[in-house]
Amino acid sequence: MNALYLAFAYLRYHWARSLILTLVAALILFVPVATQILLSTSERSLLARGDATPLLLGSRGSQLDLTMAALYFSDEKPDPVTMEAVESVWDSGLGIPIPVHTAFASSGFRIVGTTLDYFDFRNLQIAYGRGLSVLGDAVIGADVAATLGKGVGDTLVSSPENLFDLDGVYPLEMPIVGVLAATNTPDDQAIFVDIKTAWVIQGIGHGHEDVVTVAEIAAGSEAVANAAVVQYQRITPENIDTFHFHGSQDDFPTSAVIVVPNDTRAATILKGRYLDGENPVQLIEPAGVIQGLVDRIFRIKSLLDAVTTIIAIAAFAAIGLAVFLSYRLRAREIATAVKLGARKGMVLRLLSAETITLLSISIIIAAIGASLVAQNAESWVGWLLSLGA
Amino acid sequence: MVRLENLKFGYSGTGFRLRFPEFTLDEDERVAIVGPSGSGKTTLLNLIAGILSPESGLIDVDGVNVAELSDAERRRFRASTIGFVFQDFALLDYLSARQNILYPYRITPALKLDAAARDRAEALAVACGIGDKLDRHPTALSQGEQQRVAICRALVTQPKLILSDEATGNLDPASKERILDLLFAQAAEAGAAVLAVTHDHELLPRFERVLDFAQFHEGVG
Repeated sequence: MNALYLAFAYLRYHWARSLILTLVAALILFVPVATQILLSTSERSLLARGDATPLLLGSRGSQLDLTMAALYFSDEKPDPVTMEAVESVWDSGLGIPIPVHTAFASSGFRIVGTTLDYFDFRNLQIAYGRGLSVLGDAVIGADVAATLGKGVGDTLVSSPENLFDLDGVYPLEMPIVGVLAATNTPDDQAIFVDIKTAWVIQGIGHGHEDVVTVAEIAAGSEAVANAAVVQYQRITPENIDTFHFHGSQDDFPTSAVIVVPNDTRAATILKGRYLDGENPVQLIEPAGVIQGLVDRIFRIKSLLDAVTTIIAIAAFAAIGLAVFLSYRLRAREIATAVKLGARKGMVLRLLSAETITLLSISIIIAAIGASLVAQNAESWVGWLLSLGA
Repeated sequence: MVRLENLKFGYSGTGFRLRFPEFTLDEDERVAIVGPSGSGKTTLLNLIAGILSPESGLIDVDGVNVAELSDAERRRFRASTIGFVFQDFALLDYLSARQNILYPYRITPALKLDAAARDRAEALAVACGIGDKLDRHPTALSQGEQQRVAICRALVTQPKLILSDEATGNLDPASKERILDLLFAQAAEAGAAVLAVTHDHELLPRFERVLDFAQFHEGVG
């Protein structure tokens, strides 16, 4: 009790030194623990997303890019596949294809053009408003709503892909009709639209003023379409009927297609159909791709652990030296205590009480920090993975 | 109060030898010890306090042969029977004046820190003229004030013997007189004997007896 009293008095009086030692020790304890928590959560989160996506169909190329774009809506832009691939899966009757079009963004968040099947597949719940029903509707993830401060009734405008491309795509204004409940997955960071809306953003579909009127047709005028014809940048009940697509839908693009096979047998048959290396389309298992990524991350983690261990040893040695020097500086105090009749071990108890108090406070600070990290790890990891591009 | 007989002591590895045939210090007596540096004055104080053990001889303090006590017994005996005043005050900078005075109670279970001890510390501080500075740390006190705190610390445990090692050595002449007066007054009030090492010959007339140490040691120490 007396040793603790004196220890507190010493630490309080030398508060700056005590604070530095405490914070350094807390940091040494916190960093490896926080790293471990974040890496474990990342691993769980990555694998969970991969495990929840049985098969992924996309253009042949980097499997990782395809996975990151389709599952985590990263900035990677794999070569698109056509909707013919989607139709092919439908026609096979072996599974349900869900197109995922991730080529565009708005206010820093990726616009995901898909079908209603996606919401059922990911079990996404509408927290506010309603789901997609009309061309141009947007449903936003929880983080998008929180970050942009937008909700049902607000609008979003798709970002132009190339400011200098005068012939390029016009931005499309989309009304927000729903906000998704948080899932701590990349879905929280996405703006969902119907895939047809994504095609409108891409310029494949559009709406515009009539090139000729009924009166002009009656008068025998020739129809001349040119830049003077107003293109609609917002889909409204008044102009929605003017929106149309040119060409065959089979040729329209999508970034990837999530394929939900009916059963294991169906999955095996589907995989067999895309084994040919000459086929421009590939069918991959995202879980395997993610596992490869995680293995790579954890190889890096073991290196990180070694570096952290070395730094921790060096830092604790420095702290030990500081404490040792402090004890040497206090030799006079120790001699005084002995002369005044301090019982044997009192000095050791006093110095131990100081060291243990410092370490205890450090452990508490590190534990609070680790607890904060643990509480927020899922959302932070979700955010990091969405940045992962 | 203190009786020494045929005391012999030497530091191993040095040529220092202390031979002390006989010495007595009565209760309430104030005795000064003088002598050249290294003659063994501080060593004698440490022997009487039980910090050092003699090779042979008797060290009787308040009826107890200190030399025969175990280490733990000596510590308890020292805490309860002897008050120390040092030249460099030996105050702890991280404790307030009040906490410094009560420090002996914090380091040994032989002393119990109770309300009476706290009252005694307060009363001693008032008597020594530092009653209004009890919450200050030593760095905020003058040297004279620091030595007053040290005297309060030596007396708060109500010791029967005050061992003073150059207690006035760091003070200016005016302060020396005042501090010595204070030490004697408080010791007299507590009924404690004072054995004081000093180099200050101007202060010797204030003591009842002077012990010249030059005759007791051999070799270099």
